[in-house]
Amino acid sequence: MMPAFGSYALLLALALSGYTLLAGSIALRQLATHAAGQLPRVDPARLAETARRSGIASFFAVTCAAFALVWIAFTNDFSVSYILHHSNRALPGAYKFAALWSGQEGSLLLWAWLLAGYGLVLRLRHKVDVRLTAYASTILAAIQLFFLAILNFAAPPFALVAGTIPADGFGLNPLLQYPEMVIHPPMLYLGYVGFSVPFAFALGALMMRYPGEKWIHITRRWTMVTWLFLTCGIFLGAHWAYSVLGWGGYWGWDPVENASLMPWLTGTAFLHSVMMQEKRGMMKKWNVWLIFATFLLTLLGTDLTRSGLVSSVHAFAQSSIGTWFHVFMLITLAVCLFTFIRQSDHLETEHRIEALVSRESSFLFNNLVLLTACFTVLWGTLFPLISEYVQGNKVTVGAPFYNRVAIPIGIFLMLLTGVGPLLAWRSASFRSIRRNLVNPGIAAGAMAVSLAVLGERPWLDMGSFYAFMVWVLAAFVVTAIASEFLRGAAVIAKHTGQNLFSSAVQLTRRNTRRYGGYIIHFGVAVIFIGFAGSAFNQSKEQELGFHDRMQVGPYTLVCQSYTQDSNLNYDSEYTLLDVYRSGKKITQMAPEKRFYSASQQTATMVANHSTLAWDLYVVYAGKNPDTGQPIIKAFLNPLVAWIWIGVMIVVAGTAVALTPNLTAALAASRTRVPTREGAGREALATGGGD
Amino acid sequence: MRLSRLFSALLVGALAFGSLGAADDAARYDRLGHQMMCVCSCAQILVECNHVGCPDSSEMLTMLRTSIASGASDRSILEAFQAKYGPTALAAPMLTSFNKVAWIVPPAVLAFGLIGAIVLIRRWRLVNATKPPVAVYAPSSATRDRIRRETEL
Repeated sequence: MMPAFGSYALLLALALSGYTLLAGSIALRQLATHAAGQLPRVDPARLAETARRSGIASFFAVTCAAFALVWIAFTNDFSVSYILHHSNRALPGAYKFAALWSGQEGSLLLWAWLLAGYGLVLRLRHKVDVRLTAYASTILAAIQLFFLAILNFAAPPFALVAGTIPADGFGLNPLLQYPEMVIHPPMLYLGYVGFSVPFAFALGALMMRYPGEKWIHITRRWTMVTWLFLTCGIFLGAHWAYSVLGWGGYWGWDPVENASLMPWLTGTAFLHSVMMQEKRGMMKKWNVWLIFATFLLTLLGTDLTRSGLVSSVHAFAQSSIGTWFHVFMLITLAVCLFTFIRQSDHLETEHRIEALVSRESSFLFNNLVLLTACFTVLWGTLFPLISEYVQGNKVTVGAPFYNRVAIPIGIFLMLLTGVGPLLAWRSASFRSIRRNLVNPGIAAGAMAVSLAVLGERPWLDMGSFYAFMVWVLAAFVVTAIASEFLRGAAVIAKHTGQNLFSSAVQLTRRNTRRYGGYIIHFGVAVIFIGFAGSAFNQSKEQELGFHDRMQVGPYTLVCQSYTQDSNLNYDSEYTLLDVYRSGKKITQMAPEKRFYSASQQTATMVANHSTLAWDLYVVYAGKNPDTGQPIIKAFLNPLVAWIWIGVMIVVAGTAVALTPNLTAALAASRTRVPTREGAGREALATGGGD
Repeated sequence: MRLSRLFSALLVGALAFGSLGAADDAARYDRLGHQMMCVCSCAQILVECNHVGCPDSSEMLTMLRTSIASGASDRSILEAFQAKYGPTALAAPMLTSFNKVAWIVPPAVLAFGLIGAIVLIRRWRLVNATKPPVAVYAPSSATRDRIRRETEL
C-alpha cells in the first residue's frame, strides 16, 4: 500500500513539476512577446499563476513520497528494496528516520524534497517581485523535474524486492549510526540544494534583463542562509569523521569532502564580490558566472559521490546515475552560456577598479585566491582520472598534495582577510594604510616573538612553518577586526556617553552586514588557529593489560578493565581507562569497537577528552589474538576545540549579518506609523475602531 | 624550457624544505607513512589505516620499517613501494614526467591570475586617468547637517 502511495506521489510530483516548467515557460514567453506589442492567446498572468500553484502542489506530492519512505522504514516493510538494504528491525528509531538519506535513492528523494521546500517558500513569497519570481520558479521547476525524473525512472526509492522477502533488513552502515548523521546530511543538502535558488534568480534576472541590482538584494538572504547551511554541513561532517572514523583527523581530502568544499569556496567568493556589484555596479559578469559555477559544482559534487568516478571512503550511495548528471550538467552549462552570450550587453560594468590598493581590488584578489583554491581542489580530485587518460594508470592525490599546494593558498587568503577590511573603497592612501596596519602589525610581531620564546621553530619542518604563519596572521586578523570595532565604538561612545561594549553592540546593529562579516572573519581566524594545531599531532599505540600504563603527552592512561557487551543491534568490546594528569585523575574514557550483526561490519566509537589546549583522542584499535589484551591507540591533537568554537562564531556572525540594520528597522517602523494613522482615520470615518 | 626548470627547482626546494630536520628513523617512519596509502581499498593513509585485521597495512608498515633501517633514501623507498603496490600506493604523485603537471598547475594558475589582475587594474587605472575629471560635488552645509543627523556620528 505505502510503496504504491509513494510511487504515485513521485509520479504526481513529476507531472506537477513538468506543468510548472511548461506553463511557466509559455506564460513568460507570452509576457515577453506581449510587451513587444503582440496579443497573447492565453492570459499569461493567469497561466503563470497556475504554474506557481502547481509548483506549490509539487511540494506536497514530494512530501507524501518522503513520508511514505519514512513510514515504510518505521514499519519494517522489507518488501521495499531500499529499506531492506538500509534498515533492520533492531535499528534505533532516529536512524530509521536517517535511513531516508543513507542510500542513493533516499538521498535523491531528500534532495527533491528540500528543493520542493525551497520552491514552496519562493513561490509563497512571490509578491517580492512577481515576474522575477515567476522566472526563478520556472527554472527551479526544471531542476526539480530532473531530480524527479531520476527518482521515477533511474533510482526509484520504492522499488520492490524480487522473490522472497527476508524477515529482517541488512541494516544501516555502522559508520552512519552516529547522532550527527541525523543532522549532517540534511544540513549539507540544505546547503547544496539551496544554491539552486540564487542560481535560479541570477539566471532569471539575466533572461529577463532585470533592471538594476534588486535581484541581488532579494537573493542575498537566500545565499547567506544557504552558505550557512553548507558551512554547518561541512563542519558537522568533519566532526562526524573525527568522532567515527577513528583515524585521528577531521579532514582527509577525500573526493566527497572536496566535492562539498568546492561550491562553498565559489559561494564564499560570490558573497564577497557581490558587494562590489551592489555598491559600485562592478563585476556583474563575474558574479553571474560565480553563481552559475557554484550551482554546477553542487551538481558535480553529487555526480562524484554517486557515479563512482573517483574512489572515496564515503561510498555509501554509489550507482550508475552518473550519465543523468553529466547530461543535466551539460544542458545547464549550455543554457547558462547561451543566456550569457545573448544578454551580456546587459551586464556591462558601471565602474572599474581605480587603484591597486583599494577595497575593490582586495575583493578581486580574495576572489582569485578562493577560485584558485576551488580549482586546486577540483584539479586534485580529477587528476587521477586525467592521469589514467594520459599515462594509462591512476595515481592517488591525497593529503600530502593538498597540504603542500592548498595550505599556502589558505594562508594567503588569511592575509587578505586581515588586510581587505582595512582598505578604503575606490582608493586607499598610503597614510590611511599605515595608520590601519600599525596595530595589527604590532600584534603579529608580538605573536611571532611569543611563539619563538615558547619554542616554536618554523624552520624545522613545513608543518611548523605553516602553523607559525597561521598564528602570526591570526593575530594580525583578530587585531585588525578588533581595531575596526573599537574605532567605530569609540566614536559612538563619545557621542552617546555609553560604555565601549554597548557602543560596539550599537555599532553592530547599525551595520549588521559589515560587522557580522567581521565576526565571521574572526571565526575563520579561530578555525585556522585550530587547523594549525594539526602540525603538532602526536600518536602512540600500545597493548594494555589490567593496570598497565600508557603515557601520551602530559596524560597517563591506566587500563582499569576491558570487557564485552551485546545488544540487539551490535556486539561491542571496550576498555575502561582512567586518565591522570600530574598524578591527579581527571576523567575516565571508554574507547569501543562495535560489530553490527545485521550488516556484519565493525565501527569505532572514539573516546575523546577535549580541552582548549588539545584533545586526548583514544581509539580501541583491536585485540591481540595471542594475549587477548586490547590494543589502544591514543592521539594528542592540539587546538581541535578551536575549530568547533570558530564554527560557532561563524554561525553567530552570519546570524548577525542576516539581521536587519537598526536604522533600516527604525525607518520601516517610521513608514508604518502614517499607515496606522491612516487606518485609524479610515476607521474613524466609518465609525469603526475601539 | 627555462621556466620548466625553474618550476622543478622551486618544487624540489619546497620538498627539501619540507623534509628539513626530520632525519631520525621514527620521524622518517611517520613522515613516509603519511606519504603512502594503505592498499586494502580503505582509501586511508598508511599509518592511519585503522581496520581490524587489515590484510595489507601491517605488511606495508613492516616493509617501511625495514627499508628505513637499511638506510635507503626517501625517494628509493617511495619508488620501491610504487613498484611493488602500484602508483596508487603513494598518497601524492611523485615528481616524475606527467605527474609534475599535478604540482605545477595550481600555483601557476594562482600566479597567472594574480599577474593578470594586477595588469588589468593598472590598465583600468590608466583609462580612468585619461577620462575628464568629474565636477566635484560640494554638499551645502544643510546637506552636511542632514547627513550628520542621519548617521548620528
